[in-house]
Amino acid sequence: MAEILVLVDHLDGVVRKPTLELLTLARRLGEPSAVFLGPGADSAADTLGRYGAAKVYVVDAPEVEEFLVTPAVDALTQIAESTTPAAILLPSGPDGKETAARVALRLGSGLITDAVDITAGADGRPVTEQSAFAATYQVTAHVTRGAPVITVKPNATAPEPAPVTPELEKRDIVFGPASAAVQILSRTARERGDRPELAEADIVVSGGRGVNGAENFAVIERVADALGAAVGASRAAVDAGWYPHSHQVGQTGTQVSPQLYLAAGISGAIQHRAGMQTSKTIVAVNKDADAPIFELADYGVVGDLFQVLPQLVEEIERRLS
Amino acid sequence: MKHVPDATADRTFTEDGTTDRASVDSLLSELDEYAVEQALRIAESGPDVEICYLTVGPDDAKDALRKALAMGGDSAVHVADEDIEGSDVFATSLVLAQAIQRHGFDLVLCGMASTDGGAGVVPALLAERLGVPAVTHVEELTVEDGTVTGRREGDTATVRVRSGLPAVVSVTDRSGDARYPSFKGIMAAKKKPLETLGLGDLGIGAGQVGRTAAWSAVDTATRRPPRTKGELVSDDGTGGIGLAAFLTAKKFV
Repeated sequence: MAEILVLVDHLDGVVRKPTLELLTLARRLGEPSAVFLGPGADSAADTLGRYGAAKVYVVDAPEVEEFLVTPAVDALTQIAESTTPAAILLPSGPDGKETAARVALRLGSGLITDAVDITAGADGRPVTEQSAFAATYQVTAHVTRGAPVITVKPNATAPEPAPVTPELEKRDIVFGPASAAVQILSRTARERGDRPELAEADIVVSGGRGVNGAENFAVIERVADALGAAVGASRAAVDAGWYPHSHQVGQTGTQVSPQLYLAAGISGAIQHRAGMQTSKTIVAVNKDADAPIFELADYGVVGDLFQVLPQLVEEIERRLS
Repeated sequence: MKHVPDATADRTFTEDGTTDRASVDSLLSELDEYAVEQALRIAESGPDVEICYLTVGPDDAKDALRKALAMGGDSAVHVADEDIEGSDVFATSLVLAQAIQRHGFDLVLCGMASTDGGAGVVPALLAERLGVPAVTHVEELTVEDGTVTGRREGDTATVRVRSGLPAVVSVTDRSGDARYPSFKGIMAAKKKPLETLGLGDLGIGAGQVGRTAAWSAVDTATRRPPRTKGELVSDDGTGGIGLAAFLTAKKFV
């Protein structure tokens, strides 16, 4: 069966959820092989095998940790050249997309970024689906040259286990001079609370201008915690300094596609809609009955979020107790 | 710089799957304004800095260059050629790289992505083609003594990076608010040199660019059906309870 390379996104050997989604999608196209860069492959192998990675190519070289992106490009290109895969899948993020673009150029392969779905076409080759123009369009596309290099957005599919015992294969990579070009001076892990990560979360609760102050975001956080959700914020709320930029949902922030998106005090400017319009279920709470967000909402409450949300939390707790 | 259809307008595709540029007004991609701003700040921080803007696009893409020149900077280059229409990121980066080589450079500044295509990979492809480092997606940028340092916010960590010049750098919308062109700037921009080049000037054959040379193809581009408007209730004092009932029915509680 055709080999599909999947670049593993991990944090010190802990495989991140988008990689499990990539492995799940890869199985529609062929047999997934994981490409694991950096230390921690042994602890990651179990997880990768559980989601169907029959092979794990391991590159544990210091370059991967010391320099930005280009060592990954060297590694993935060289592994692709020796395995001639039917497709190469990477997570859509700044690093994933940069790696994908450079690998594609070196291999002479077509590139598709930000896919939200992949299926096997009539000839078995991948057909992708993307969202365009603030998610108002759905575009299907295919690569016409080389092994398709595809980056996939988080939440494109639900990870499905398909356990195999993976075979680990160490690979030595010849790093070119470009690999040592951009030095990583420091890496500060983002402090993470108990809430899920924004891009990966099944439920996102976001606050906007109507939250009216940093201290008031506690109202949003309480709803998020009651639902086991991630917290998002509109650009207006972030620009006002009420919530960190890492939580910004929108065209220039994180683009989310959760099962449930709850927008409170957000009017729904086009840039915000671009970042959440593909959410499966959308709920909005806003004082202004004419807010554009209500055009998208499956359920809208015209009202004061400071009345509605605390009551929502109380009612959820009552239903759960 | 990229001249793009206004992101706040209703953008559409033409039948061949390319962006319909005729139906809405285009303007300088908002995300590129942040790159202009950083270039101007670098120029203001030291002597001997020359800023040249570069765009590839149809005739009216000049407007994007004029807008940037009105913000500041010295000159502009516009690559226009009918054969370029429908180019993918590989062909676009080829054209840009050839134009950059022809002009010479110490630093290529880009926005993090365009607001239309939005792939955000052209800066990396430029670096790959030019054989120089890429410092992408930086929120904070310092250029001094032949090096560039930047701060990137990743999904899981904040990373500080450094590279030597020449380099390609892309900046995010967090890098610093872009200035508005002054009236004086708008007037001055009209007199700044703007060179127009074709593929022949760059040694690129028509067969290397355009839709037929693209390494991927669009099969379908269909407008997503508008979301059916859901239930809208006015809070009569039980809005939260009603919402909880909805979320429970949908199995989110």
